[in-house]
Amino acid sequence: MSLPLDEVLDTVRRVESPEGVDLSLTPAGPVPRAFAWAVDTLIRLLLYAVFGIALGILLPEDFATGLFLIILFAVEWFYYVLFEVLRDGTTPGKSAMGLRAVHDDATPIGWSASLLRNLLRVADFLPALYGTGLVAMLLSRDFRRLGDQVAGTLVVYTDERPAKLAEVRARPHPPRLALTLDEQQSLLAFGERSASLTQERNAELAALAGPVTGQTGGRPEETLDQVLGVSAWIMGAR
Amino acid sequence: MNQEQFMRQYEPVWLELESILNPSGRRRRARGAGERIGDLPNLYRQACHHLALGRSRGYSPVLVRRLEHLVGGAQRLMYPPGRLSRSRIKRFLTTGFPAEVRANRSLVLLSALLFFVPLSLAFVAAHRDGAVIHAVMDADSVERFEQMYATPEGERVDPQMEGQSDFFMFGYYIRNNTGIGFQTFAGGLIFGIGAVFFLVLNGFIIGAVAGHITGIGQGDAFWAFVAGHSALELSAIVLCGSAGLRLGHALIAPGRESRLLALRRNARPAGRIVAGAAVMFLLAAFVEAFWSPRPWPDPLVKIVAGLGMWALVGLYFSRAGRDDAA
Repeated sequence: MSLPLDEVLDTVRRVESPEGVDLSLTPAGPVPRAFAWAVDTLIRLLLYAVFGIALGILLPEDFATGLFLIILFAVEWFYYVLFEVLRDGTTPGKSAMGLRAVHDDATPIGWSASLLRNLLRVADFLPALYGTGLVAMLLSRDFRRLGDQVAGTLVVYTDERPAKLAEVRARPHPPRLALTLDEQQSLLAFGERSASLTQERNAELAALAGPVTGQTGGRPEETLDQVLGVSAWIMGAR
Repeated sequence: MNQEQFMRQYEPVWLELESILNPSGRRRRARGAGERIGDLPNLYRQACHHLALGRSRGYSPVLVRRLEHLVGGAQRLMYPPGRLSRSRIKRFLTTGFPAEVRANRSLVLLSALLFFVPLSLAFVAAHRDGAVIHAVMDADSVERFEQMYATPEGERVDPQMEGQSDFFMFGYYIRNNTGIGFQTFAGGLIFGIGAVFFLVLNGFIIGAVAGHITGIGQGDAFWAFVAGHSALELSAIVLCGSAGLRLGHALIAPGRESRLLALRRNARPAGRIVAGAAVMFLLAAFVEAFWSPRPWPDPLVKIVAGLGMWALVGLYFSRAGRDDAA
C-alpha cells in the first residue's frame, strides 16, 4: 500500500474518523512550539507578578505568601492542563502560534491525556530547555515529545477557515483533450489560485497548460483566459 | 454530478452545519448550539459523506478544504473530552483510585522498599552518630531542624521558617511536597532511574532527620509533630514512586509489545495513581499545617491519632471500592 502523495512529501497525517472519512492533521515542528512555549512562559511570569502584587496589597503578609505559593503550584503544574482541556487544546501561547493539542485520533484532548503530557514536561525539559523533548520530536514522525508519545497526543496547526471559492470570471470553455482526474484537479487548483498570482506567473503557468485549449501561439492573456475557462468548465460552469 | 450542481444541492446542509459550529451573535457556542445540537449527528454524517465524495470525484481543492474544515469542526463537537463531573471525581476517589493501587500492588511494594529501606538505614545511622546528618544536608538546615523541635513543653512547634503562619506553611507544603511527587513520577520515564533516585534520596533525608532529632533527645516533639500527616504524605510519595516505576518497567520490560506501546498502555493507569496521590498530598499538607504544629493535644494523643491515620489509609487501600458480592 502506498501512502498518499502529501503524506510522503509533507508532514500531513491522515486519521480515519469512526464515520470512515479521513481527517488530515498537520503536526507542528519544534520552532513554532518553542515560540508558543516562550509566550506561555511570559504569561505565567506575568500571572505570578500580578497575583504577587495583588495578594501583597490585599491580604496580610503571611496569608498572602501562603496563597501565593498555592497559586505558584497551580500555575506551575496545571496552567497547560486547564487551558488545553477547557479551551479546545489551545493555551494562549499555542493559539498565538495557531497551534492546538489533540489526541492522535483527532478528537479534542481530555483530562487524562493532558495531565499526562504536561506532567511529563519535566522529563522532556531535561537536561535543559527541552533538550530531551527536541531529540524525541526530531526522531518521531509527527514531532512528538516524550509526553506526547506517552499520552498519545499531537500538537497540530489549527486549520483556518478556508477562503471562499473565487468568482469565476472566465467564459467556460470545454477542454480539447481528454483529461485525467489529476490533470483536471491541477487545472481546478490553478483556477482557484490564479487571483493570488502575479500576471507574469499566471502567463507562465497558463502557457504550460496551453495544450488543453487546443490552440497554440495565442497572446499570453488570451491563453490565460482560455485556461481559466477550461478550469471553470471542469468545475461545472456552462 | 459536476461540482457546481453538487455545491448547489448541498450548500444548505453546509450552511446549517456552519451555523451550529459558529453561532452568530453574542451567545456562546455551547448555548447557541444547545438548541439545535440534535441536528448535529445527522448533519455531521452528511458532511462526512460529502467530503468522501468530493475527494473521490476530484472536486476542487478549495471545496474539499472547506468540507474538511466543516467535518473537523463538527467532529470536535461530536467527540468532546469527558467532563470532570462531581460524580466522576467521586467514583475515582471511592473506587477507581484504590482499585488501581491494588492492581499495581507489586510495584507499590517495590516502591515502598526503595523508600523505607534507605529511610530505616539512615535513621539508625543518624541516631547513633550525630555527624551522619551532615552527609545529607548543610549545617544551616541541620540547625533549623534542631531548633524547630527544641520547643518547650506546651508550645507550638514552629516548623522551619520562624514565625510563619499556618497558612503560609500550608502553601509551602502543597507546592513542595506535591512537586516532589510529580517529579518522582516523571523521573520514571528515564527507564525508572529518576523515580528510584527520588525515592531513595527522600528516604535517606527523611530517615536521617528523624534519626538525628530523636538522637539528640527531641524525639517527643518530633514524633508528635510528624505522626498526624505521616500516613498520607509518606504513602503518597510511595505511590508516586510506584507510578514512576510503572513507566520504567514498561520501558525496561515491554514484553511482547513495542516499548512505545507498552509505555502508552501503562501511562494512563500510572497517571491515575499520581492524580490520587496529589489529592493525598493536599490532605497531608492540610494536616501538617493546621493540626501537626498544635500544642494542645498531648503528644501521646497525637501519636495515637497518627497511628489511626495509618490504619485508615491501610483500610482505604485494602477495602475501598471492592465489590464484595463478586
